[in-house]
Amino acid sequence: MSKKDTENLKDVVNQAIDSQQVVHVKLKDIGQKDVDIDKLTRPSKETHQEYWGRGLSYLAIGLIILLVGSIIGFVGIHGLATFFRDHVNLWQFLSSTDWDPTSGPNHVGALVMIVTSFLVTLLSALVATPFAVAVALFMTEYASKKAASFLQSIIELLVGIPSVVYGFLGLTLVVPVIRAIFGGTGFGILAGMLVLFVMVLPTITSLTVDALNAVPKHFRQASAALGATHWQTIARVVLKVATPRILTAVIFGMARAFGEALAVQMVIGNAVLMPYNLVTPSSTLTSQLTTQIGNTVMGTLANNALWSLALLLLVMSLFFNILVRMIGKKGAK
Amino acid sequence: MENLSPAFITTFEASERALTTEHLDVLYGGTIQKLFDTSLQFKKNSITALIGASGSGKSTFLRSLNRMNDTVATVNGKIMFHGLNVNQANINVYELRKSIGMVFQKPNPFPKSIYDNITYALRADGEKNQQKLATIVEESLRAAALWDEVKDKLNQSALALSGGQQQRLCIARALALRPEIILLDEPASALDPVSTSKLEDTLKQLREKYTMVMVTHNMQQAARISDYTAFFHLGHAIEYDTTTNIFTNPQGAITEAYIQGSFG
Repeated sequence: MSKKDTENLKDVVNQAIDSQQVVHVKLKDIGQKDVDIDKLTRPSKETHQEYWGRGLSYLAIGLIILLVGSIIGFVGIHGLATFFRDHVNLWQFLSSTDWDPTSGPNHVGALVMIVTSFLVTLLSALVATPFAVAVALFMTEYASKKAASFLQSIIELLVGIPSVVYGFLGLTLVVPVIRAIFGGTGFGILAGMLVLFVMVLPTITSLTVDALNAVPKHFRQASAALGATHWQTIARVVLKVATPRILTAVIFGMARAFGEALAVQMVIGNAVLMPYNLVTPSSTLTSQLTTQIGNTVMGTLANNALWSLALLLLVMSLFFNILVRMIGKKGAK
Repeated sequence: MENLSPAFITTFEASERALTTEHLDVLYGGTIQKLFDTSLQFKKNSITALIGASGSGKSTFLRSLNRMNDTVATVNGKIMFHGLNVNQANINVYELRKSIGMVFQKPNPFPKSIYDNITYALRADGEKNQQKLATIVEESLRAAALWDEVKDKLNQSALALSGGQQQRLCIARALALRPEIILLDEPASALDPVSTSKLEDTLKQLREKYTMVMVTHNMQQAARISDYTAFFHLGHAIEYDTTTNIFTNPQGAITEAYIQGSFG
């Protein structure tokens, strides 16, 4: 910029200031007299908003904690009454297959329900996981964006179907087929497992999709640059990195299967018999609760025994949660 | 409109060329052209730096050379490697990438042990001979000047290494496949000055055995370690010559402006 240009610029600025086109602030106009000392020391509207906002969220949290606490407390008190008031032996409760609480404290053994619950849960997760991982791999690695989002909406649809519909489908389709193939009634663990398989598949799949998407792209790139095929990359890098989160997905699926009541109750047969094979009627913790809760009187041993089953479900769900956290921590390392 | 025609492009005898591109065009999404009519020859056992402003097409060019752009870009023209066009239909792209390795901007070791990182590709291809693997691990780490720093902790996670060590591990990992050419995409841009200097020493040593093509934003780096430099601008290779000539006597006006720091 030449000297002449600089002079011109000065003139232009001065003119603009004179004609008020530019807000001209004189530095000496800003001083102590402009600072409102009162304002600095007094709570403002924003301060009150802050208190209210924080107060409301603390209140909501407090209520929820109270609610959760009272649920656990209530289930705990009733569930433990079986052992403390009715003097049922805890070991007997966990190891005996004799379930007839109306006949007295010597007939409160929940082993059948415990075994059946675990069996349907483990088997359905075992069968569902490979399919879920395959679907998730297809969605994240192979399918076009369009196909993946289509599959995503189908999975969301499957999640949204009420469990009574799954139970009904199981009752009308699965049970007769099992009856035709294996004989017997068709009710049992196999039917329960097949229904639960369909129910936990979307849960495990969508969480596995998240797990695979969370694998950083640069791992895939590094692998490709080393001449690895897509499949080698998936098998040796992507799945390995995603394993903790996939396990978490499986456990969430198992938690869902373990807690599912209605659909299982419709196909399991509801006979408190030890399952010696997969096609004889049996009973899970949840199905026993849904079928029997209406037949007992509050405060009786039969009722308390059911609360004990509920307590067991609660403890198991806590256990699943802790497991998920432990795996998450290990995966973060 | 600036004059984007090449100012000077150096050439080599056929026997000296490790890799050659002929009239290379690269298009993203089939319509957006990122690289225009680029014909460059890379000399064996030398380091060639690709410099240019952001968006000049140098990374696009680099990634086309071992077909890392396959899923996103269309490549027209030829990339000749041992008399074969790397884009011809019968090329086994996995084997190609073992011959033309790549090191990325951000160090990207796998979340595995140092040992497993280096043996990754070999084991994926079924190599089970532990003794052979151990030899390759040591050779690769020595070549990448990392052996002395990690020889006692080969079974520790590679993620525990510093950024500079991770980047040299990535180089060692590429070396384990005994490539001919190593492509480096701004390998030092995520590193501190001390790590950068170590990495540069490593690259200078590797020149004896390997041909390297390196994208860099750092012109001092290009000047320090490269033998040849190609300057890219808006998807065109403007000038390609010995590094000395590019930095002391550039032919093109744009090259000169870039070297002097007028833009980019």
